[in-house]
Amino acid sequence: MRSYKLNHVRQLESEAIFVLRETAAQFDRPALLFSGGKDSIVMAHLARKAFHPARIPFMLLHVDTGHNFPETIEFRDRFVKEIGASLVVAYVQDSIDKGRVVEEQGIHASRNKLQTVTLLDAIETHQFDAALGGGRRDEEKARAKERFFSHRNDFGEWDPKGQRPELWNLFNGRHHHGEHFRVFPLSNWTEMDVWQYIKHEAIDLPSLYFSHRREVVDRHGSLLAVSDVVRVQPDETSEERTVRFRTIGDMTCTGGVDSAATSLDDIIAEVAAARETERGTRSDDKRSESAMEDRKKEGYF
Amino acid sequence: MEMDLLRFTTAGSVDDGKSTLIGRLLYDSKSIFEDQLEAMEESSRKRGDEHLNLALLTDGLRAEREQGITIDVAYRYFATPRRKFIIADTPGHMQYTRNMVTGASTASLAIILIDARKGVIEQTCRHAFIANLLRIQHAVVAVNKMDLVDYQEETYEAIVAEFQDFASRLDNIVEITFIPISALRGDNVVATSDQMPWYGGPTLLHHLETVYVGSEENHVDARFPVQWVIRPQSDTHPDFRGYAGRVAGGVFKPGDEVLVLPSGFATHVSAIETFDGQIEEAFSPLSVTITLDDDIDISRGDMIVKPNNPPRVDQDIEAMICWFSERPLVSRGKYALRHTTKEVRAVVRDIRFKVDINTLHKIEGDPEFGLNEIGRISLRTSAPLFYDRYNRNRTTGSFVLIDEQTNEAVAAGMIV
Ligand SMILES: Nc1nc2c(ncn2[C@@H]2O[C@H](COP(=O)(O)OP(=O)(O)O)[C@@H](O)[C@H]2O)c(=O)[nH]1
Repeated sequence: MRSYKLNHVRQLESEAIFVLRETAAQFDRPALLFSGGKDSIVMAHLARKAFHPARIPFMLLHVDTGHNFPETIEFRDRFVKEIGASLVVAYVQDSIDKGRVVEEQGIHASRNKLQTVTLLDAIETHQFDAALGGGRRDEEKARAKERFFSHRNDFGEWDPKGQRPELWNLFNGRHHHGEHFRVFPLSNWTEMDVWQYIKHEAIDLPSLYFSHRREVVDRHGSLLAVSDVVRVQPDETSEERTVRFRTIGDMTCTGGVDSAATSLDDIIAEVAAARETERGTRSDDKRSESAMEDRKKEGYF
Repeated sequence: MEMDLLRFTTAGSVDDGKSTLIGRLLYDSKSIFEDQLEAMEESSRKRGDEHLNLALLTDGLRAEREQGITIDVAYRYFATPRRKFIIADTPGHMQYTRNMVTGASTASLAIILIDARKGVIEQTCRHAFIANLLRIQHAVVAVNKMDLVDYQEETYEAIVAEFQDFASRLDNIVEITFIPISALRGDNVVATSDQMPWYGGPTLLHHLETVYVGSEENHVDARFPVQWVIRPQSDTHPDFRGYAGRVAGGVFKPGDEVLVLPSGFATHVSAIETFDGQIEEAFSPLSVTITLDDDIDISRGDMIVKPNNPPRVDQDIEAMICWFSERPLVSRGKYALRHTTKEVRAVVRDIRFKVDINTLHKIEGDPEFGLNEIGRISLRTSAPLFYDRYNRNRTTGSFVLIDEQTNEAVAAGMIV
């Protein structure tokens, strides 16, 4: 008899497509949070697959801190055009100008935390009732407890202890007016699964993920890219190194790693041998043991 | 790339060593990263633990770290060159029965932990009962803390005999493997122990890597719950009309004669579409888009099946349920019922019995059905469900009840 078996990547793909379709079916105005990072690119790719040959029935929403790598923004605009999606950009700068948030001061200032307010404001303004995120449970221990369909109250807050049970493939997106859901189709993927899938599907990525020469400054173990928003301090020296980025976030808090990986195969080999999590390059997570949990409760991605 | 996926759940009582075991599996399979290790060492030091506390790795939330207990279900991931594993890590205490049920709902294997000093206790029976109820067909009974009983074979054998005696009543579990381990010291977890030469079986990890998990998927009864209708109405696809969904059972091929429920229309599959092109067959759990020869009115919640082997179609449902809510189940109570891609309303007609999950005794005539209780009820739904028995198909045999006021899921149901 023929054996009907799907390998692990096909199973994860099928699950993610199922979740994306449930989101389209259960919500009136879902948005897909698109950062230009690999996870959101993979999620958008899966959304294309899920609704083919129709267009993606979601708007793409990008929360722009103004501290992005220029390569990310270029990539984003090209990508959005290619898939024929519509993009909404919410600017953290606008939230600052309107006095909704106050910019952090000092050399460790980051707009990472401020994004939450901008995101929640955008969700309210556009009346989105679901926001699809590329978060994965393997990333961080507070994320390990996330549901696929994660409820947010009227204030956009997450209540980790009062989460709805989620069984089998039955996702419960029922909500009252003003509440919304965060939906994570890649919940069960690991960093390795994402890379293997990118290779298998030949998905195009921003050049930042591949090794290149760049001027960086070593700040508390993070190799930050020198730019307008990361200036070399008097007691620091910068140098040109061959680096790549394992995650892409703000220039102010995303560190590069020394790497010679120029192809997807190189990256997969590097991920397999890596002794640090990808979030180890993110200084935003190093602030405290429960940094992620605290931010998530407030409504972070 | 060609790896299998194995989902398993772990259940153990507080302090049986569940967190230590998972930490050990991740640590010895080199799935723990240095930054996580450093954070753990730091926390262990702060807490004044003597050695590196592997349990800290798995306790995700602050409340849990403070109280040192596992409250919710947490999912862990690790891979060896042979398999990728997803662990649903659930707490073992009675008050978390619903979490165990949740973790078990997607698992194909359950690890049941026993403290070698305590032997088979009520909680062991409860964990095994839940695994069986959720139709987990493979169980591993890990007899832990063997180091504290001097690695004695007699102690282990007595526990095996006791568990087997109890398990003979659990008919869904088709295979039970017993392994004596010490999660703390690592005996028989990843590496074979030299303390227990009398044990000739595999290590836990080796067993997890090689156990043949016959298909939990049903490849016999064709079931395709329609999730979403795809109608691009674009210049390139003006007339395309496809039914998107995930195969819940059986195999679909182009040309197959199919029946659409509830309308009862018969037609044929024209094609099975994916983004990567048409495919020759679709089986569970593939997500695909099916196009049909005839234009029929089909919407979300309908089901495409085969005429010679349809599911049951009925408004009267008998089911085992686990109650999830602080507010007890109300006889005559009305709830929303979510089954495959369909939502209907349901009224509870009768509470048949409850089960004392520590002794497996039936309790009849008790009108209260509260948090974490398990039992059998009968329901009447506002529209027919297209279903199979849970023991035949986990997807078309399961449902959740939702409180229409709070939108909370209040029960998990398995149709009998
Ligand atoms: N001696 C010994 N102690 C163990 C073993 N496994 C766990 N422990 C200890 O038992 C206690 C409870 O373990 P933990 O993993 O937190 O249990 P959990 O509540 O089931 O997650 C801790 O002090 C562990 O160090 C073992 O195999 N041998």
